[in-house]
Amino acid sequence: MELLFAIAIGALTTSGVYLLLRARTFPVVMGLTLLSYGVNLFLFASGRLATGQQPVIGTTASYSDPLPQALVLTAIVIGFAMTAFLVVLSLRNLADNENDHVDGRREATTPPSKIEQEVSSK
Amino acid sequence: MTHWLIAPILIPLLGGILQVFMGYAPISLRRTLAIATTVLMLVSAVVLLALASDGSYRVYAFGNWQPPFGIVLVLDRLAALMLVLTAVLGLFCHIYASGGADEGNRQFHALFLFQLMGLNIAFLTGDLFNLFVAFEVLLIASYGLLMHGGGTSRTVPGLHYVVLNLAGSALFLISVGMIYSVTGTLNMADLAVKIPQVTGSNLNLVKAGGMMLLVVFGLKAAILPLCFWLPKAYARATAPVAALFAVMTKVGVYAIVRIYPLIFGENAGELANLGMDWLFPLALVTLSMGVIGALGADNLKTLVAWQVIISVGTLLAPISLGSEDGLSAALFYLVSTTWTVAALFLVAELVASQRGTAADKIVTAPKMRHRTFLSVLFLIGAVAASGLPPLSGFFGKLLILKSVEPGVEMAWLWSVLLVGGFLTLIAYSRAGSIVFWWNVDGHLETPEPINNRVAVSTGILTCLTMLIVVLAGPLSDFTRATAEQLHDNQGYINILQTPMHTPQNPLVGEIN
Repeated sequence: MELLFAIAIGALTTSGVYLLLRARTFPVVMGLTLLSYGVNLFLFASGRLATGQQPVIGTTASYSDPLPQALVLTAIVIGFAMTAFLVVLSLRNLADNENDHVDGRREATTPPSKIEQEVSSK
Repeated sequence: MTHWLIAPILIPLLGGILQVFMGYAPISLRRTLAIATTVLMLVSAVVLLALASDGSYRVYAFGNWQPPFGIVLVLDRLAALMLVLTAVLGLFCHIYASGGADEGNRQFHALFLFQLMGLNIAFLTGDLFNLFVAFEVLLIASYGLLMHGGGTSRTVPGLHYVVLNLAGSALFLISVGMIYSVTGTLNMADLAVKIPQVTGSNLNLVKAGGMMLLVVFGLKAAILPLCFWLPKAYARATAPVAALFAVMTKVGVYAIVRIYPLIFGENAGELANLGMDWLFPLALVTLSMGVIGALGADNLKTLVAWQVIISVGTLLAPISLGSEDGLSAALFYLVSTTWTVAALFLVAELVASQRGTAADKIVTAPKMRHRTFLSVLFLIGAVAASGLPPLSGFFGKLLILKSVEPGVEMAWLWSVLLVGGFLTLIAYSRAGSIVFWWNVDGHLETPEPINNRVAVSTGILTCLTMLIVVLAGPLSDFTRATAEQLHDNQGYINILQTPMHTPQNPLVGEIN
């Protein structure tokens, strides 16, 4: 289970970071979401992986740590709020700059056609 | 257990909630209530400063849980100093904002108060995860404030700021997870006990966690490889917001000062002084980068935004050397530079409002109205920021220079700081002489009027640098005591032994 868990976190984080480095806001939002999933799973694992254990000390020999679960819950709530804000901001960026490049850069619009090139060269 | 500790958090929280529901109330009523809230917060911060100056630690445990269980607020000299610094800054920025900058967004005052609340939580908390929550509270308010006032020019820098900080939050959570998985605690005092006991393969895990935490704080403080988001975002924000943000980078500096001497300090065994040998060169490079940026700035606000980066470099260099004198000097400079930079942002905005389309660009323009008033304020701000006598920036830098012991570090710090100070001076003289002295003929037809609130708040904030000079003795005594308190982490660890008041059988008591 540990291996599977580690691979899942790794895959989420890798794809998250890859998407985060893209030049469009939509992949960046997706990347941050995936990254936060990876981070939440990682945080969850910091209390050690255990199944069927009670979260109360003293009742059994081994127990599952409840604190990371509380931390993850907080992180998820904060992550949701931040993602919502980021989506709105990206839409605003799209509206302001007429495209969703992260630097607000306008693309060189469709390359000039041959006729125009000939006209300009004359 | 005194309940005063929660006041700087509760006051802006309640005031902010009130503002949320008052979106359609007359603006004068909203302004009055919002400024009253900030004044109350300043009063509570001053009370806490008076409480903290006896040198003991005060603990406020939520739900009366004995630390390290549950969340605690801890008040010491450093926290009290930062609270007062922020409250004073917040008050003047708020008065400035009520002079007209708060129009156009009904929730401006609510966001402003929540921002102050987030800052206060960050300064008071004694728990690493709660520090993360505080960062998020102040960040989400700052996202809203940064966008305030509209205009398409703010969208892109705002987007960069939000994305970078979200990535920073992810790193923060990862490092918190790493540290928790080894030590099983997130209470700072308990971490200071547990981390020196870490051995074997766990050591690397904690080390990685600690270094990643430094990256996160470096992002907040805008250390060099992570500082390029700052000038654009700050230069385009509304003036009172930019001025309040002068304290945001200092939150990163505060977190470094709070956590590293305490948890990774002298007594931390193999992890002692973690990351500090990286921080020193980075601080100097940050300082140089800030100077280069200031020299190349084409408008006043960008110039001031680069000054923020210069001051971060200047602050972190002595802190990373780890001496008590260095820490004390840095804290002294912190107070001075935060207020000065904030004042310069406000002055830049006032100058921009008097120059029509030339705004705050460093170009020749028709003569502005109120030139004497504005140029004197700019002169005071520039002298304080570049570190010339007789204003407070000079004393701060002098203390920092004096605090270094002879050696390689001294040679580097002295040369970078002195040459940097000289070049900053050139940047300010160039900007000032072009903006104020080189005029083309004629007057601007319709300059925006300067109202009293704006003029008074800018004037007082600028002149606080003189107040620091007058009170330099008591202030440097206080920062020295703060540095001593931070250096000896035994006092902080002892909060774990704070006796908690537990009522005997409370239910029975209520019935009787």
